Amino acid sequence: MGIEILGLPMMYYIAMVAKVLVAFVFVLLTVAYATYAERKIIGHMQVRLGPMRTGWHGLLQPIADGVKLFFKEEIIPSQASTFAFLVAPLIALIPAFITFAVIPFGGVIEVAGYKIPLQIAAYYDTAAGQVYDINVGVLYILAMSSLGVYGIVLAGWASNSKYSLMGGLRASAQMISYELAAGLAIISVFMLSGTLSLNKIVALQSGFGGFEWYLFKQPLAAFMFFICSLAEINRTPFDLPEAETELVSGFCTEYSSMKYAMFFMAEYANMVTVCALTTTLFLGGWNGPLTAAFPLLGPVYFIAKVYFLMFVCMWIRATLPRYRYDQLMHLGWKVFIPVALVNIVVTGIIGYFV
Amino acid sequence: MNPITPIINGMKITFKHMFLKPVTLQYPTERPKVSQRFRGLHGLKVSHSKAKCVACYLCPTVCPAKCITVEAAEDANHDKYASVYEIDMLRCIFCGYCVEACPVDALKMTGEFELANYHRQDFIYSKERLLEK
Repeated sequence: MGIEILGLPMMYYIAMVAKVLVAFVFVLLTVAYATYAERKIIGHMQVRLGPMRTGWHGLLQPIADGVKLFFKEEIIPSQASTFAFLVAPLIALIPAFITFAVIPFGGVIEVAGYKIPLQIAAYYDTAAGQVYDINVGVLYILAMSSLGVYGIVLAGWASNSKYSLMGGLRASAQMISYELAAGLAIISVFMLSGTLSLNKIVALQSGFGGFEWYLFKQPLAAFMFFICSLAEINRTPFDLPEAETELVSGFCTEYSSMKYAMFFMAEYANMVTVCALTTTLFLGGWNGPLTAAFPLLGPVYFIAKVYFLMFVCMWIRATLPRYRYDQLMHLGWKVFIPVALVNIVVTGIIGYFV
Repeated sequence: MNPITPIINGMKITFKHMFLKPVTLQYPTERPKVSQRFRGLHGLKVSHSKAKCVACYLCPTVCPAKCITVEAAEDANHDKYASVYEIDMLRCIFCGYCVEACPVDALKMTGEFELANYHRQDFIYSKERLLEK
């Protein structure tokens, strides 16, 4: 049948590429409309309307913003290190998007006789009858999210401006301290699951009609992981690297035009990824009622859960003021890390006796 | 103090506020309803198809911003009237003292508040522009 590459028919590759494209475009659209949703939700929480002019109820606002940023003047400060300055937004943006590769957003669907797992970096082995994905998926995500900080630090350093440098320094200190706590928080999940493969972690949460979530077994870890992730992606109340009141705009002070837009896309893409990861680890991923009968319900549940968590992010942003720097460090090192360690020990003891 | 409770209380408040009716006024399309006693652009009252003003000079005298220019003249009936009545809106502070001072109730303040213009000269409102329609 048709052309074969490496023993697999052409249709298989087309289906795989289509899957990647659909997932990627969907993430991009979500990123674009997350800005709109954020402005709308925060607006209504502050008893305002939010964007209303561009299109019906401001629905075209992200497109207008994109076009505006695209046509703005590109400014490279004369004292900046040009190469690092140009490369920094890319280093921030790319890890934000490629983390999505290992997150399973659905079960196995059948297209034209081929079984396709709804996870970008995964394939369905027909002989074994199971899905194989990266067996250290979570490590991959942690690695990529810590790569993202290089973009921010580099941006702060290359701009050659004191505000940018302060923003970059804060970003690195904050990310390192909160990554520790986030990593320790999810260790308790691995103690329950015994695997780092995200696909298997999701499968393990499919009991009770798709409600055997790790959130119920590890509420403290879920809470800590979510908060630490917020800190890691520099969202309010932990947005110290770009604290407008103190640092003008932090690491992106000197950036303009599309490069500035890239930092923003990276920030929102990180938010999507973090919400997706929290969903996968603690909210049962794409599991839900009736997913076995209707495989396409999986992505729907997954998207609903991710959007709910994104709403919580925006809700938190609308509520809480920014933490002071020493409070941030105190929270990270003196609260979250010890609590996460205790959580691991308690999980270990319970796991040993039960 | 327990640090979680205030956060939860705050989150509750923001969530409740999300369902309140926004107070935003979509300005150019929606118009604000100014109060009865709003002090906007001045208006010269008209009676028997001419301005009630008798050019007594009380308004330029009381004006703290010195923005009113009045010149008196005599009409065909030998009545005193204001041949020139100008208010410089760039200087006016909209205090309403001129309205209070007027002995013949010839002056009022309208609800008109969109007073932007392109040239400085356009801000000096002449008698014709101030007469109430």
